[in-house]
Amino acid sequence: MPAGTLYRGREGMWSWVAHRVTGVLIFFFLFVHVLDTALVRVSPHDYDTVVATYKNPVVNLMEYGLVAAILFHALNGLRVIAVDFWSKGPKYQRQMLWSVVGIWIVLMAGAFYPVLQNTLRTLFGS
Amino acid sequence: MSAETSIPSDTVEPTPTSAGAYGPDNPAPVIEPPRARTSRSPKKASRTNFEMWAWLFMRLSGIVLVVLVLGHLIIQLVLDGGVSKIGFAFVAGRWASPFWQLWDLGMLWLAMLHGANGLRTVINDYAEREKTRLWLKTLLYTATVFTVFLGTLVIFTFDPNIQ
Ligand code: HEM
Repeated sequence: MPAGTLYRGREGMWSWVAHRVTGVLIFFFLFVHVLDTALVRVSPHDYDTVVATYKNPVVNLMEYGLVAAILFHALNGLRVIAVDFWSKGPKYQRQMLWSVVGIWIVLMAGAFYPVLQNTLRTLFGS
Repeated sequence: MSAETSIPSDTVEPTPTSAGAYGPDNPAPVIEPPRARTSRSPKKASRTNFEMWAWLFMRLSGIVLVVLVLGHLIIQLVLDGGVSKIGFAFVAGRWASPFWQLWDLGMLWLAMLHGANGLRTVINDYAEREKTRLWLKTLLYTATVFTVFLGTLVIFTFDPNIQ
């Protein structure tokens, strides 16, 4: 690895790739999401029909994926801000990345049941 | 993207080396400073600080979005049965309050502008031909203006008694 390179080929580069991929993904979802929400202006029935697809198990799983993308982007975004504005940010960027990953895992575990409860309840009854 | 695009001669790409021992025979790779002017830099220096403001906006909007977006996710996907409760009645209940209308309006504008500016950066990074960049950005700005306009209209003209 070239000396003096903070990021290239290391964790920092991959966190940048992940930040970029999640950012683009969220943007495309947001575009679709504004369109589906606009249906409340058409008719309650049409809106409820489209929202019903969000409750389908496969789409519900994709929502969990969306939560994963947003949580990573948000936590890593705060890390990027800390690297830019906090005087010790660049020094601790690596530790902050692993903190981001740790917090992300905890939050994803905590979100598992609440976000997927619609699917879990329809698939496994009660 | 294509064979026409080659690395400008004034950019020295670091070559992979097996050992970290640099010396006269194995010089360390030179990476150009971030602000070095290369053959790919714009001909004229910009007269405005647009990129600096865009950079700052990404960070400020990011901080506000943490609250707005995570709050939105908790309300919509976590509390009260998760996604199962969402429907026209639920939307009507929330938009009965100006507080949540403003919340959603702020989230719409900030997320769209933040995301659009982020995509502008991505286009600038990967689309190298002038024409490709222009087309992609035209598409991006059209979609952004349309989405922000539509969303704003929906929030302000929402009618709970629509038949
Ligand atoms: C939840 C809170 C969020 C935070 C804290 C946040 C933070 C950031 C920051 C600091 C950057 C700049 C990165 C850089 O300059 O290297 C960024 C880039 C970006 N963000 Fe966000 N963001 C958030 C939400 C969103 C949302 C909702 C979207 C989509 C609509 C989005 C899409 C993007 C995109 C596309 C980029 C450009 C990525 C790149 O240039 O590699 N972000 N974000």
